[in-house]
Amino acid sequence: MRRVGEEPGPFDDSTSTHAAFTALLEDSAEDLYEQAPCGYLSTLMDGTIARINATLLGWLGLERAAVVGRMRFADLLTVGGKLYHETHFAPLLRMQGEVRGIALEMRAQDGNDGRLPVLVSSVIRHGSGGEPLLIRTTVTDASDRRSYETELLRRREEAERARAEAEQARAAAEAALRQAQRDRQRLAEALAALQKSLVPSSLPAVPGLEAAVYYHTASPDRLGGDFYDLFPVGGGRWAFFLGDVCGKGPEAASLTSLTRYTLRAAALHDPEPAAALTVLNAVLHEHYAAAGDPRYCTAVFGLLEREGDDGRVNVRVASGGHPPSLVLRADGSSAFLPTPGGLLVGILPEASFTTARTVLGPGDCLLLYTDGLTEARTGPTRESLFGDDALLAFAADHAPAGPREIIEALTVLLKGFGDGLDDDTALLALGVPAVRPAPVPSTHCTP
Amino acid sequence: MDIRRRNNVTLVGPVGGPTVVLAHGFGCDQNMWRLVVPALAQRHRVVLFDYVGCGGSDLASWNAQRYSSLHGYAQDVAEVCRELDLRDAVFVGHSVSAMVGVLAAESVPERIGALVMVAPSPCYVDDEGYRGGFSTEDIEELLAALESNYLGWSSAMAPVIMGNPQRPELGQELTNSFCATDPDIARVFARTTFLSDSREDLKRVAVPTLVLECSQDVIAPREVGAYVHAAIPSSRLVTLDATGHCPQLSAPGATADAVLDFLAGLR
Repeated sequence: MRRVGEEPGPFDDSTSTHAAFTALLEDSAEDLYEQAPCGYLSTLMDGTIARINATLLGWLGLERAAVVGRMRFADLLTVGGKLYHETHFAPLLRMQGEVRGIALEMRAQDGNDGRLPVLVSSVIRHGSGGEPLLIRTTVTDASDRRSYETELLRRREEAERARAEAEQARAAAEAALRQAQRDRQRLAEALAALQKSLVPSSLPAVPGLEAAVYYHTASPDRLGGDFYDLFPVGGGRWAFFLGDVCGKGPEAASLTSLTRYTLRAAALHDPEPAAALTVLNAVLHEHYAAAGDPRYCTAVFGLLEREGDDGRVNVRVASGGHPPSLVLRADGSSAFLPTPGGLLVGILPEASFTTARTVLGPGDCLLLYTDGLTEARTGPTRESLFGDDALLAFAADHAPAGPREIIEALTVLLKGFGDGLDDDTALLALGVPAVRPAPVPSTHCTP
Repeated sequence: MDIRRRNNVTLVGPVGGPTVVLAHGFGCDQNMWRLVVPALAQRHRVVLFDYVGCGGSDLASWNAQRYSSLHGYAQDVAEVCRELDLRDAVFVGHSVSAMVGVLAAESVPERIGALVMVAPSPCYVDDEGYRGGFSTEDIEELLAALESNYLGWSSAMAPVIMGNPQRPELGQELTNSFCATDPDIARVFARTTFLSDSREDLKRVAVPTLVLECSQDVIAPREVGAYVHAAIPSSRLVTLDATGHCPQLSAPGATADAVLDFLAGLR
C-alpha cells in the first residue's frame, strides 16, 4: 500500500508543525483502518463478514480467523439485536442504500453482562452497473451513551409510574369522595328519619283551636335538641309541650326521644302539667344523673280544656327551667305568662313545678318558643342577642294575631337573622280563632 | 373513514387482471414490496396497503385493543378486500402477515382464494415439542431495541410523513425515514407479532398455499418452514436461496418468480 506520507506536505513554514504532520502522515491507511477508534467491517450482501478491523475484534474478544468468512454480521448481535436487524435494519438498508446510527447490542466476551451497546451505520457499495456489491459498516462503542439513555429511560418510566400512581390515587380519592357522599346521604336520610321520631310530622287538628309550628335545626345533618308535641289526653282535653334538651347530636337525640315518650306516657296517666314534669324529672334523673351522666332539659308542659260553650279554652302550664310563654290577646295586648320556680328537668332527684293558668278567648294566642329565638344574635356584628324585650315588643307590634299569622311573622324574622340564628329553634302557637269556627286545619311550618 | 385512505391502499397493474394482495409484516410498510411489484404487476392487479398504525395509514384510526390481536389486522385485510370487492384474490403475506392471511381467508373465504406465506412462523417462542427459535426474554430484548431506535420517527415530522404518503420526498431529510413508526404503535405490533401463537389456525387452512422460506433466516428458520408446510395439507414449500427474513428485498427476482410460478399453477 502506498504511503500517503511520502507526498510533500503543504505546511513547510513551521518546523514544529511540520514535524507533527510528518509523524501523522506516516500513519498508514492500514493502521488507520485496523486501529481506528471505531469498529469497521465489510460484509457480502448476505451478511457474511469479509473484513473486520482489530478494534472491533478486540471489543468483541474474537479471533479474526473465527470471524472472516465464517460469521455473518447478525451473528455478532444479541438475539434481540438480531430480531431488530432482520425486521428493521436489513430492510431499511436494502431500501435506502444506507442506515445511520442504529442502536444495537453486540455479544462481547467481557463488558457489561457480555453485551456491548453500539451505534451502527451501514452503507451499500454498488458496482459500476449499480448492482449492490457489499456492505460497509462502522460500529461505535455506545456504552456511555447507552447508560445515559437508560438513565433517561428509567427517569421517564419513573415519571410515568409516578403519573400513573397519582392518577390511581386521584381515582381512589374520587371513589372515596363518592363513597363519602353516599355515606353522608345515607346518614342524612337516617337522621331525617330519626328526627321525625322526635317531633310529630304534622300537628293534629284540634276542635276549636288553631295551632301552628316552626321548627329549625341549626344544621341539616344534625339532630335537633328542641322538641314539641300536641296530643289528646282524653275527655276532650289536649296536652302540649315544647322544650330543649342539653347538647346536640345523637346523645341529645336519645335524650329528646326519652323526654318525648315519657311526657306522652305520663300525660296519659295524669295530664296535670306539674305531675307530667315531675315524672319526667324522675325518669331523666334516674337515667342520667344517677348513672353519673347528668343530662337535663327545659320544658313547658300544658293542658288545654274547653271552658264553657263560647270557645274559650282554659290553659294550665308548668315549666321546668324554660323561658315563659307569651300570650297575644285579641285586644292587641301581649304579655309573658310567668311560670316561676321551675328547675331544669332531670338535674335533682326531686323537683317541684308550679303551674300557671290563663284562659284563651277568641282571637287570643299562646306562643311557646325555645331560646334559639331569644338568643339569636342580631345587629350588624352579630354581637347582641335578640332578647326577651325585643320578643315582647315584636309580639306587641303584631297582636292581635292568630297562630299561623304570628308563626309566619316570626319565620320571616328568623330568616332575617341569617347566620345569626345558630341554634335549634322551635316555636309552637296555639290560639282560639277570632270568629267562632269549625275546626281549622293546622299548619306545620318548617323552613 | 374511507378504507382506502385509512389503509393507504395503492393499486398497480392491469385492471381486471388476477388480483394479488401484498401485505407487509412487522417493521415496515408496503415499501417492502417495491422490488417485486414491477414483475408482479405486469399481468396482475397488485393491491398494496399499510396496516393501520404503519406507513401512510391513518394513525387516528389505530387503537391498542384492536391491534393487540392478529384478528385486528385480519379485520383490516377483510375490510380492504370488501372495499375493493375482491374475488378469489391471492393474498401474499410477509412474516406475521402470513398468519394474518390465514385468519382473513377464514373470515372472507369468497374473497381470498389462495395464500402465499413469505417467511412465515406460526409461533416465535419455543414451546414443548416445538422450536420457534426464541424465548420470551429474547422478545423483551427486541422491545428494548425498539425503545432505543425511533428510526426517523419524530412527533413533529410524523404528520408530514404520514399525511403525505404520495410525497415521500417530504420525509427524506430524516435519516431512516422509511418505515418510520410511532414507537407506541410499534411496541404493540411487536408484542402481537412475536407473542402470538397461530399453530392451531394453520390446521384450518383449506386454500392452495405456497410456503416461501429462505435458506438462511434467523427469524423463521427452515425447521419452522417445514412445520408450516406439514400443518397445511394444501401447501407447497419452496426454499429460496436467500439470506435474511426479507427475500422480497434480498432476492426479489427469485421471490417474484416463485410467486408467479404459484399464480400460474392456480389457473
